Amino acid sequence: MQTQVLIIGAGVTGTGLARDLAMRGVDCVVVDKQDVNAGASGGNHGLLHSGARYIASDAAAAAECHAENRILKRIAPHCIEATGGLFVAVAGDDENYITDFADACRRCRVPVMAVEPKDALEMEPALSRRLIAAFAVDDATIDPFRLSLNNMAGARQAGGRLLRHHRVTGFEVHAGRIRHTRLRDEITGRDLFVAADVVVNAAGAWAGTVAGLAGAPLPMRCSKGTLLVTQSRLASRVINRLRRPTDGDILVPGGTVSVLGTTSARVADPDGVYPEIDEVDAIIAQGAAMIPELATSRYIRAFCGVRPLPGDGAAFADGDGDDRAASRGFLLMDHHRAPERLANFITITGGKLTTFRLMAEKTADLVCERLGVVAPCRTHCEPLPDATTERWTQPGLAPAEWWRRKAGGDLLLCECEIVPQSTVDQIVAGLGALGGRPNLNAVALRSRIGKGPCQGTFCSQRLAAYLYDRGHLAGDVGIEQLRLFLRERWRGQRPLLWDLPLAQAELLEAMHCGLFGLELD
Amino acid sequence: MNDERCDVVVIGAGLTGLAAALFAVRRGLDTVLVGRTGALGFASGLLDLLGVHPVGGHTPLEDPWQGITALRADQPQHPYALIDNPAIERALGTVLAFLAANGHPYITRPHRNQTVPTAVGTLKTTYALPCTMAPGAMALARRVPCLLVDFHGLKGYSARQIAATLAGVWPGLTPVRIAFPEAHGELLPERLARALDTVPAREKLVAAIGPHLGEAAAVGLPAVLGFYHSPAVVAELQQGLGVPVFEIPTMLPAVGGLRLRELFETALPAMGVRSLWQQWVDGARRLPDGRWRFSVAAPSGEQHFTARGAVLCSGRFFGKGLHADRHGIREPLFQLPVVQPPHRADWHHKDLLAPEGHPINRAGVAVDETFRPVDGRGRLVHDNLFAAGTLLAHQDWVRQKCGSGLAIATAYAAVRACAALI
Repeated sequence: MQTQVLIIGAGVTGTGLARDLAMRGVDCVVVDKQDVNAGASGGNHGLLHSGARYIASDAAAAAECHAENRILKRIAPHCIEATGGLFVAVAGDDENYITDFADACRRCRVPVMAVEPKDALEMEPALSRRLIAAFAVDDATIDPFRLSLNNMAGARQAGGRLLRHHRVTGFEVHAGRIRHTRLRDEITGRDLFVAADVVVNAAGAWAGTVAGLAGAPLPMRCSKGTLLVTQSRLASRVINRLRRPTDGDILVPGGTVSVLGTTSARVADPDGVYPEIDEVDAIIAQGAAMIPELATSRYIRAFCGVRPLPGDGAAFADGDGDDRAASRGFLLMDHHRAPERLANFITITGGKLTTFRLMAEKTADLVCERLGVVAPCRTHCEPLPDATTERWTQPGLAPAEWWRRKAGGDLLLCECEIVPQSTVDQIVAGLGALGGRPNLNAVALRSRIGKGPCQGTFCSQRLAAYLYDRGHLAGDVGIEQLRLFLRERWRGQRPLLWDLPLAQAELLEAMHCGLFGLELD
Repeated sequence: MNDERCDVVVIGAGLTGLAAALFAVRRGLDTVLVGRTGALGFASGLLDLLGVHPVGGHTPLEDPWQGITALRADQPQHPYALIDNPAIERALGTVLAFLAANGHPYITRPHRNQTVPTAVGTLKTTYALPCTMAPGAMALARRVPCLLVDFHGLKGYSARQIAATLAGVWPGLTPVRIAFPEAHGELLPERLARALDTVPAREKLVAAIGPHLGEAAAVGLPAVLGFYHSPAVVAELQQGLGVPVFEIPTMLPAVGGLRLRELFETALPAMGVRSLWQQWVDGARRLPDGRWRFSVAAPSGEQHFTARGAVLCSGRFFGKGLHADRHGIREPLFQLPVVQPPHRADWHHKDLLAPEGHPINRAGVAVDETFRPVDGRGRLVHDNLFAAGTLLAHQDWVRQKCGSGLAIATAYAAVRACAALI
């Protein structure tokens, strides 16, 4: 396979870069060892920062956030809910931080407005009665899946390609250039070689591993963050704790739910991370100080992501080693200028969801310079098209469309989130347009399937049966796909199994293990 | 205020409670049964005895009785270790005879488990099969070429999926999708089953399947073949098509479980069990003379029963016999001691499908050899309170595939001990 640019990693940065390059007329292929947003891009709050979060730790990042927040609201409104946000302090919180907050925001040019606690309580009745200070900021929520899927669909319009389930296993370097990148198809086990003029490493928390395969040392720290999804939406705005960033201090609404997080725990390896039970308890305890209802709320799911933090951390971490104090700026590394002197290898990592577009722009500038392409970036002014096949992660959209069409026989496969067969057809068409084949997890990632209270107990097999009926699955792969799908849901269910969810997990096991015997070979 | 006396109150109306009430009334005890039968709708209708031992092994047991003997030696705390094989056989025999007498015969093979295909295309090993599913085990054993029929509008059941998934072990499966007679849109299994209780619907189904029969020597359908009259429905389809017809277990909730529920709900009151369906014991108090006084919140007002003994068959978390919060597991009615892992972090494995099963599934109420709950030191909690079924500790009915056998055998043993006491 040949291309001008090979992009490793289909997170927000990789897919955003693909669209940016495609708009400049550059041919590219995106590869991911799993699927779109499999790493930190899919394991975060979905928060479009106002910048106020970083005023104390990283003024430059705060200003960047503010600028990108404005741009994204303009170019991708369909991915964003302009909820606004509050920073709130409760009795006992650091008074100095509260006093300095507004001035610090202004120094970073982050808009902020003081709100009387009684008004804040009227705006957000779920807030603690022990509220002592509140400020309004321009936070918003953003659907990172729709964003990446739309970016990839946009790239495809200009010839961009996506290879899911392809892992980079090595580089053939000759005379200071990567000649071929070796990929392994994780499903068939076959090797594939890609010859690209430029290779961009956008592998997020795995960037160090990928760079290592090219013989380019890239010290990285991996900081795991765990988040919880509540059963219902507890606040209409983003609620931030007004203090130095710590565990469980942001509650972000998302459709009909709220997402509470995060934690920050250094992990040696970004693979094999799980939301842990002690993290869940810590998040709930912290969050409840801000929103008391969190102590008794029902939770649907936990998940985690691994933040890629460039550097070895020695120069960044503060006294207690909290990686949240580390710079959240990004690292764009031209390996031509590094000791390994690889002329066509570039790494982009670090940063955060809010600044993904800027990261993609700066990377694309460097790629174009390397290719000798003269074309300006247009992603800051040209709206992101909303592809019809890539919008089904939006809560409430599938039910609304289903109700509007009222097509006889368009059966609901996921009854919790009201996802009908016709939605699955569209997602499968979108995958097909990118040259891919559907599987249970791929359809789930692109829709709300499995995200409701039953967490896939029923929709898993309904979806499998439907994909067989439509000829998308063949042979006995359905068994393994059911296992993969249910295991993926389980990662997020396990730490939250008490009360009613535990009873439902019992039903899940009774059916899928007791009756279907999926745990047996 | 309504205050009644009885010999025994059975608490819980899952398979365990229903079987316990049956055993109690058969022993001549004046029996009150209180409980929700809803959970039985989540049973498949297959009756497992023991399908896997040891857990983590991948080969289902051919002989469940040998398996139980081995289990008894390996896990002396398992509830099966408290009952001998002849008693388990008597218990099962009583229930199977009761089911047959009420129009739902089951098929067993001496000292053998049986294997049938499932809706996802796996093979399920079980002990007793409803007679409507038994021809499927035969067809599978002989790899008979089969027509697998499914219906437009029935979700989660694809004949094509079953045929494709099983093709490696059972070639010669041909899927076909047809319209269910006089139905359109989404089909609900229970509605189909009730429709097929009528003769015209069966005739139309035969007519719809007939043209697709080809060389098939048997026909497999989703388990919706009749509600009250499933054996007759299957017999008639067989006669009409000229080949054996069998049901394949569907997703849950399943008609197979609903049939059992309906059967017990009809037959037990007729046998003299005072049955308070869909109600719940919300208070239990010991009187000075040792008898139990239970309160039941009924729509007509609070009802009270004074009983000489009680059998707790309230199930696990799904049945509300156990309740867990973030800090631990408790038994909500009698506050019985619950054997459980020390921390929530130890309840479940990170892998849903971990071969050894989740430790929380072995949590529960520990009992002595007469099925009376005991505390952590093995001391009796109450001399006239008995416990049975999946509520019991030291078993994992899902992984061991022993749910029905455990329910029936422990209900039998608990009622036997209760009857002996009172």
